[in-house]
Amino acid sequence: MTAVTDEILSFDEAMEKYDPVLGFEVHVELNTKTKMFSAAPNIFGDEPNTAISPVDLGLPGVLPVVNKAAVEYSIMIGLALNCKIAESCFFARKNYFYPDTPKNFQTSQYEDPICYDGYLDIELEDGEVFRVEIERAHMEEDAGKLTHMGGATGRIQGAEYSLVDYNRAGVPLVEIVTKPIVGAGSRAPELAKAYVAAIREIVKNLGVSDARMERGNVRCDANVSLMPKGTSTFGTRSETKNVNSLRSVERAVRFEIQRHAAVLDSGAKVTQETRHWHEDTRTTTSGRPKSDADDYRYFPEPDLVPVVTTPEWIEELRSRLPEPPAERRKKLKAAWGYSDAEFRDVLNAGVMDAIEETIAAGASAAVARKWWMGEISRRAKEAEVDPVDVGVTPELVVELDKLVQAGKINDKLARQVLDGVLAGEGTPEEVIAKRGLAVVSDDGPLLEAIDAALAAQPDVAEKIRGGKVQAAGAIVGGVMKATRGQADAGRVRELIFERLGVQG
Amino acid sequence: MSEINREAVAHLARLAHIEMTDAELDRMAGELDVIVDSIKSVQEAAGDDVPATSHPIPLTNVFREDVVGETLTNEQALSGAPDSADGRFKVPAILDEE
Repeated sequence: MTAVTDEILSFDEAMEKYDPVLGFEVHVELNTKTKMFSAAPNIFGDEPNTAISPVDLGLPGVLPVVNKAAVEYSIMIGLALNCKIAESCFFARKNYFYPDTPKNFQTSQYEDPICYDGYLDIELEDGEVFRVEIERAHMEEDAGKLTHMGGATGRIQGAEYSLVDYNRAGVPLVEIVTKPIVGAGSRAPELAKAYVAAIREIVKNLGVSDARMERGNVRCDANVSLMPKGTSTFGTRSETKNVNSLRSVERAVRFEIQRHAAVLDSGAKVTQETRHWHEDTRTTTSGRPKSDADDYRYFPEPDLVPVVTTPEWIEELRSRLPEPPAERRKKLKAAWGYSDAEFRDVLNAGVMDAIEETIAAGASAAVARKWWMGEISRRAKEAEVDPVDVGVTPELVVELDKLVQAGKINDKLARQVLDGVLAGEGTPEEVIAKRGLAVVSDDGPLLEAIDAALAAQPDVAEKIRGGKVQAAGAIVGGVMKATRGQADAGRVRELIFERLGVQG
Repeated sequence: MSEINREAVAHLARLAHIEMTDAELDRMAGELDVIVDSIKSVQEAAGDDVPATSHPIPLTNVFREDVVGETLTNEQALSGAPDSADGRFKVPAILDEE
């Protein structure tokens, strides 16, 4: 690692002086059963160098054959990104010498990507929408995995040798490249995160990628440059590689904006280079400057014939597309009648699908939200897990709700029932029986408690008689306390009014 | 004369990680120049209306179904490796990139 610590400007000051220009290259690993050009399995985490065929090792005399499913997945991604699909395209060799590819070239696409000229509307958290133009989405193959050995920290500096596992070599990739994104201003870091999140969501929704960033299924290279305010000529960009979580995408873009601003402010020039993101220090360090080693000498892959698409094929693939996530959200929000703020909270908590399932299982939209955003979220926070990982199923929510609706338990008891179910004490009914949690529905004990509460608070009783029905809350509270929460509050209320001879 | 000169050959040799002597550079520059010049005559024959041809046979869409086939065992995979460790290919540390 370089010992030089870069100067940075405060983000606010950077924003006063400069307009950021962004660009993203997102690599998506497809979840086909086999590799892009060989029949070796596309799997994660196998024994090293076992999920490979002679094609993946680039052994002499081998010939690649294109995986049809990978082409179809690529077209589906293009359609979801509103791209045009090339009538004809071919593969190209990108030549470079590095042990992550044993062939000394990566099979990719150059002049003719399969998908081009698309766009994606990105909605930020407050609802503001930015359109990101997609330049192209092309097919290529992933490289092998290098592990540097002998260095102090497993990094290449100081390493004595490297070990290579080619299981990942040849895994189908789609690289999605944006056009320069201008005009995001101070929302650039947020937009960066939202864009990568949207791509991840789309490929997951399409079912063409496992889309797990922590496994490298979705990887982002973020380009950042700055223009002095009031100008429109792009500055020199840096490319921050492999920013592999949504949070780091946002942070890396923010950091690069601040770093560029400091460089430009000092009168120096930004170096066009690769930067590496470090999550621990939340900074980037200089990687490798652009040099003549970046001369990839692309040429058409002679071992593969062109891919030609027909309108019929494209339409058949289009018919397989699921509803876009953004539209699905809009529809659900309207159907459930949640406010903007309520729905945003639901999204942030990651419980939209859970609520949808809960409603499908028989709960009302309001009840589903109450449970997932209330009790279940509270438990999630306590346990520091996501609400969906608390262990509560949509069916359990519906079951508890039915018991509440039937007056068998109240909300407070329902939480205790949930405790029991999560502790493995059985079904809600069994927990109620074992713990003796059923609400007191026999009016006799309730009336006793009501009489006691009225006697204890004669002034309140007087108010209720005088027509102040809202004062009944204090008596209800007293009764609940006396029955240790096991009374049905609605019934208690009714009985209070009956007792005092007033209309509720 | 084509654009293949001594410097171009030296550049390509560096990209290809091939060590070449001065004498070899001179000789290759001359030989490659002849080849490129010869191919140029094809360009003269083809008019502007002829698109660049990457595949002479009019064949498209040669696909494979997405079905897992045979794989190499780890021993087979490493059998041709100059060096290996922990089931992986062992290569010298490469310092120009992380």
